[in-house]
Order: sequence, then C-alpha cells, then structure tokens
Amino acid sequence: MHPAYSVILFTTASGAGYGLLALLGLTGASHGAASSFVFGATSMLLALGLITAGLLSSTFHLGHPERAWRAFSQWRTSWLSREGVAAVITYVPACLFGLAWVFGGNDTLIAILGYLTAIMAMVTVFTTAMIYASLPTIRQWRHWAVVPGYIVLAIATGAVLLYALATLFGRSGIPALGVITMAGLLLAIIVKLAYWAGLSRMKPKYTMGDATGLGGTVRQWEVPHTSENFVQREMGFKVARKHALKLRGICIGLLALALVMVWAGFSFGGAAAPVLAVAAAVLAGIAVVMERWLFFAEAKHVVTLFYGEQAV
Amino acid sequence: MTSLPDTTNPGQKKLGLVIDLDTCVGCQACATSCKEWNTQGYSAPLTDIDPYGPDPVGAWLNRIHGYETGEGENRRALHFPRSCLHCETPACVTVCPTGASYKRAEDGIVLVNPDTCIGCKLCSWACPYGAREYDADDGVMKKCTLCVDRIYNENLEPEDRQPACVRACPTGARHFGDLGDPNSDVSQLVKSRGGFDLLPQMDYKPVNKYLPPRPRRSDENAVPAAKLETVGKGDGSAAERFFSWLDKALS
Repeated sequence: MHPAYSVILFTTASGAGYGLLALLGLTGASHGAASSFVFGATSMLLALGLITAGLLSSTFHLGHPERAWRAFSQWRTSWLSREGVAAVITYVPACLFGLAWVFGGNDTLIAILGYLTAIMAMVTVFTTAMIYASLPTIRQWRHWAVVPGYIVLAIATGAVLLYALATLFGRSGIPALGVITMAGLLLAIIVKLAYWAGLSRMKPKYTMGDATGLGGTVRQWEVPHTSENFVQREMGFKVARKHALKLRGICIGLLALALVMVWAGFSFGGAAAPVLAVAAAVLAGIAVVMERWLFFAEAKHVVTLFYGEQAV
Repeated sequence: MTSLPDTTNPGQKKLGLVIDLDTCVGCQACATSCKEWNTQGYSAPLTDIDPYGPDPVGAWLNRIHGYETGEGENRRALHFPRSCLHCETPACVTVCPTGASYKRAEDGIVLVNPDTCIGCKLCSWACPYGAREYDADDGVMKKCTLCVDRIYNENLEPEDRQPACVRACPTGARHFGDLGDPNSDVSQLVKSRGGFDLLPQMDYKPVNKYLPPRPRRSDENAVPAAKLETVGKGDGSAAERFFSWLDKALS
C-alpha cells in the first residue's frame, strides 16, 4: 500500500495527541487540578494541537476536502465515519476537562471529565485502527496486533511527551509517570515485535489462479496499460520493501533508546533529565513515523494478484 | 446510504455481465467504448493526465489483462477483461464514510454519487478486484456503472439499451442480463458453461461471472474439415478430364 504522508502524519500526530490527552485526563482524575496554569495550559494545548493538526492533515489527501463534513453520516457501517464522529465528540469532554483542570475546578468534576476524556481518546484511536483492521483485502492489517499496536503506540508517544513536559516543568520525580512511560515504550516494542514476527510467519493465502479463477499456475503475459494506473500506484506500492528488515530494526532500536533515556533521566535525574526526556520524545516520534510508514509499505493488497503477484 | 439493501428476496434483480474467456480476443473494443461512453455519461469526465506524454495516467473502468494458464499441450494464452463485478456484499460500499458509494436495491448496480464523494479512496482499498479508479483531476472515485444511463434509456434504440462494452464486443464474449433470474439467458449460459466467481473465498459474492476457456479439442473429436469440392466423378474418365480442363480454363 502506498504510504501517503498526510495519513502517516495524521495517525502519528493525532495518536500521540490522544495518548497525551488520555494521560492528562487520568492525571487530573487522580491528582485534581493542574499543578500550575502554565504547565496545564501548555500540555492541554500540545495535546489538542497535535490532534487538530493531525485531523486537518488527514483532509489533505481528500479529493474534495470541502465535503469532509459528509463523512460524519455513515457511522452505521464505516469505521472511517466512526473515527470522524469519535474525533469530534472527544473535543467536548476534552475542552471541558481542559478548562476545569487548568483553571482549578472541582475535583469530582475534573475526575469525571478526565475519565470521559481518556475513554473517548482511546475510542478514537481504536476507530482509527479499525479502519485498517477491518479491510478483508489486506491480510497484514487483519493481524491481531494491529489494533493493540495503534493504541499502545499512542499511549507510549503520549506518555513520553507528558514525561518530557513534566521534567521541563521541574517535576521529573513523579514515580507513576516515569513507570507508565517506560512501561508504554516497553509494551510498544513487544507489540511491534509480535506484529513483525506474525508477518514473517504469514503464509500466502490467495494466488493468481484464485484471483483469475483459472486455477493452477497462471502467468501474466500482458498488462492492460502502458504505464502504471491508479490501482498499481495506490495498492501495488513496493518501493523500499526490501529495506523493511533494516527499518524495523532501527524503529525498535529508537524505541529502546528512548526507553533507556527515560530510565536514565528518571533514575539519576539532575540537570540532564529534561534534555534526556526531550531527546526521548523526539526519538520515539521518529520511531513511530517509521513504524507507520512500514505499516503501509509492508501491506500487500489482494488486487496485486491481477498485476503479476503470484500469491499474497 | 452505505448500508447494503436486502437482496435476499427470491427473484431479486441482479444485473451483471457474463464474460467469456474462451472467445475474448483482447481487441480492447470494450475498454475503448466504455471510456468513450462514460467520459460523457454518468461518470464524466474520465480524466486522462498527460495522455500523450511519457507517463500517462487516467481513469478507465475496464482493463484487459493477458494471462497464460495450463501446462504442456493445454497451455494457452487468454485475454481477461476486468471491471466492477457489482458484488452482492461489496465492502467498497460499507466502508464509504459519506454514503456516496451505494448499491441499488432495485437492480444491484453499485454506483458512486460524484456529488457527495470526498475522494478518500478507502473504497478502492476495500475492493479485491481493483475495480475502482480514482480520478485525481475530478477528485472523486470512478467505477463501472453497468451503463446505468444506457440500459434504461428510452431515447436509445432497444438494441442499444445494454452496456457499451457488451454492444461493442465483436466476438460476443460479453453478455448482459439479470443473474438473479435463474431462467434468464445469462443464467442459463453460466449454468451450461460452468461460469465461475473471482476470489469466491473472499465472500464478496460477485454478480458478474466468467466463463472458462473451452477444453482443447483432440484429433478424435475434432469436426473434420469440409471435403474439398471435386469436379466430375473423380474417376479419371475422359468426361472428368474434360470438365477438369473446363474448370481450370474458366477459373
């Protein structure tokens, strides 16, 4: 599958934003109002800014962005529509929570809004993952680790961001946050390793003989057109699949390095803690962009069987 | 609405094509007549970008592949037209976030409303058959309409009220009809020739059917060529030689 940059930017930025939002909701629910106005406002704006930037970038790949509002209508059958609806609904508890949390509202109110925000943030990430996981045409996306992968990476990147913010505001010593961040990164590594192990074990299911109905061995001797068409460009993307193994290694390596940096900053603290935390956030960000690029590049669509692929 | 209509009623109309892989000669007449009709009809325009340049790309609703199958004496090359199969359970319709993609309850035709399509391309991802092609210039998805603007068009002569591809096929390799009616010509044809579905394992339940190439004829069951006409009795008599000479002289 062709990795569209707008979709990669959307799913990674909004994923990190929703992860951060969910953790801020839980922070508010357990600790009450934000420790300072500047910290609260900065972190809420970062979360909502990432989400909004991601949502806007997702409209860039549309042929008619001005009609995007129509996508809220088919939630009965379409996961893409459900994602749009969930994303918009999440703004309601998120904005109310942000106001209550930043301006120091009632603790019970903050807790209720915080939990609601966290739940809706995760529901939205879940609907994003289901857009891919529900397609019968791409077996790599039917793997059990696809949905957990989206959710865990959202939480991990959100946690690293929150950890970096907290250390910048001189609050690096919160044990729960450090543990959650390290656990999130570790879980992200485990889920992605499981996914890639699953892909390596995945045996082809459909052949060119199945696609054409001719059975047995079928060879292509003539393509229907002189240059690549939309179907080949969109669904037949093969560029750099040969580098997939290296890229997987770099991606896991970056996540592991981020984990070590968080651990070092958390354990030894000092003046280096904020630098290490910000560096960890940057590394985790690069890793998740690579992971999302691979998610598309490694996905093989059934339609490629009509264009010379022997089995998918 | 992207919810699928209930098409389980007996006698439900399922309009579709039956494509004969035995007689298709790969002339591309169906593809070009499809493009010609549909670039001015329901799907208009079917944009070609850089059509005469080094890297042309354009939206076509019908593509003709060439495949080779079988081994040894049974090896054969065949032409394989590929277009929308108007599936009974098309995931391309249910994934559509706007309701622009829909399946008609009355005849099962799968269409895209070009006025509400946002061009997200998710439907093309959901189709295993590569039937949908995005028109980057128009910003919406294009697909076979089964020439919905021909088959019911009372301004056309009755014989023209069929899809442009079917009308154009010079070898009669394309057939159009109601595959929901077991007694229709197309259903009978599918039955007698062993018509099949593409990728039945994926459970999209395509309406269009393909007819397999007929088995190669062996020498024993081959129909002998017509005997050459002989002049006269062929007995070498004077009369036979005379008529033979006359035949040559007049030829």
